Amino acid sequence: MVEQQVEILRPETLIEEFKKNGVTHIITIPDSETNYLYELMEQQDWLDVVPVSREGESMAVALGLNIAGKTPVVLIQNTGMLESGDSIRGMALDAGFPLLMVVGYRGWTRKGHTPDTAATYTEPFLNAFRINYYLVEHDADGPRISEAFEESQSLKKPVVVLVGDEYHGFNR
Amino acid sequence: MIEAKKVFEEFQKHRANAIVSVQGTSGKHWRDITTNENRDITLGGAMGQSTAAIFGLALGLKSEKVVHFDSEGALLMNLGVIASIAGKQPKNFVHFVLDNGCYATTGGQPVPNSENIDYAQMAAGAGYSKTYNFDDLEDLSTSMEEIMSIEGPVFVAVKVNAEVENLPIGMRKRTPTRSRAETITDLRKELGIK
Repeated sequence: MVEQQVEILRPETLIEEFKKNGVTHIITIPDSETNYLYELMEQQDWLDVVPVSREGESMAVALGLNIAGKTPVVLIQNTGMLESGDSIRGMALDAGFPLLMVVGYRGWTRKGHTPDTAATYTEPFLNAFRINYYLVEHDADGPRISEAFEESQSLKKPVVVLVGDEYHGFNR
Repeated sequence: MIEAKKVFEEFQKHRANAIVSVQGTSGKHWRDITTNENRDITLGGAMGQSTAAIFGLALGLKSEKVVHFDSEGALLMNLGVIASIAGKQPKNFVHFVLDNGCYATTGGQPVPNSENIDYAQMAAGAGYSKTYNFDDLEDLSTSMEEIMSIEGPVFVAVKVNAEVENLPIGMRKRTPTRSRAETITDLRKELGIK
């Protein structure tokens, strides 16, 4: 039991990483697995949560915020990322601004095989778009979020953090 | 029905220092009317997403009035954005939709249910603080001062004449305009954003 708790990626870790990197806005579509993270983000007075109606909007809203000098992060699930291809192309990759995208890796398993095609196509999708990505599974991986953030800043392009095991990590 | 050019002429009288975004075939008239190009921005690049980008800009620049001239075809491609905008209630945001009833740039094919759809009613239902519908220039002119002075998000649907382009893309006359990147750079410089 203790070992299982240690393996959890706590929502607080994500909040700490966002704060450390000066994030100002989270553009997101909430889902049931990230509800506690959503509540926690809403409690931060330094962070503005921007809910959108479809994931493709999130890269566009982030572009507008970037132009305004803010530091947005996109927080969506891999299914929504797959839907957002044209927006990722036109509003993120072509725009020349840094963007950290935190993407819930639905269907991911450590053993590799998964019956969930959302996971099957996630990494091939990112490779096709030539977007670098980091896998984050538990608290010990927290610094990878900063690494991804710094990479997006230096490359001025989107970099993705894939949150593995999202079905367990954010449950209370 | 109103000529799109006339809409921009009326708007220009009340623009003041607003940041302005235009798109669609109707939007091309703005470049002949604007008197402050450094505060004009183009955020196209993905179908139906420029409104979301301008919404983000308005959220990030709360002390600036941000005015977006949308087209109904673009809005329909991402209609959920009106709920996203209404949800954040940006007081500084004015959202025009120049509705010519068709995809003018591809030959004038009608948008879905073009004869009956009511965009202002949709925006009101989504939660914009104030919405308008115009198909008469005089009515629009009378209301423009109010539109530009009240708290947003404001939604203004305007029926405009279609200016259909039928020539193949490669044969159309192109007027040199600033690229998206140039408009972004110019605006950031104007606002002192590094």
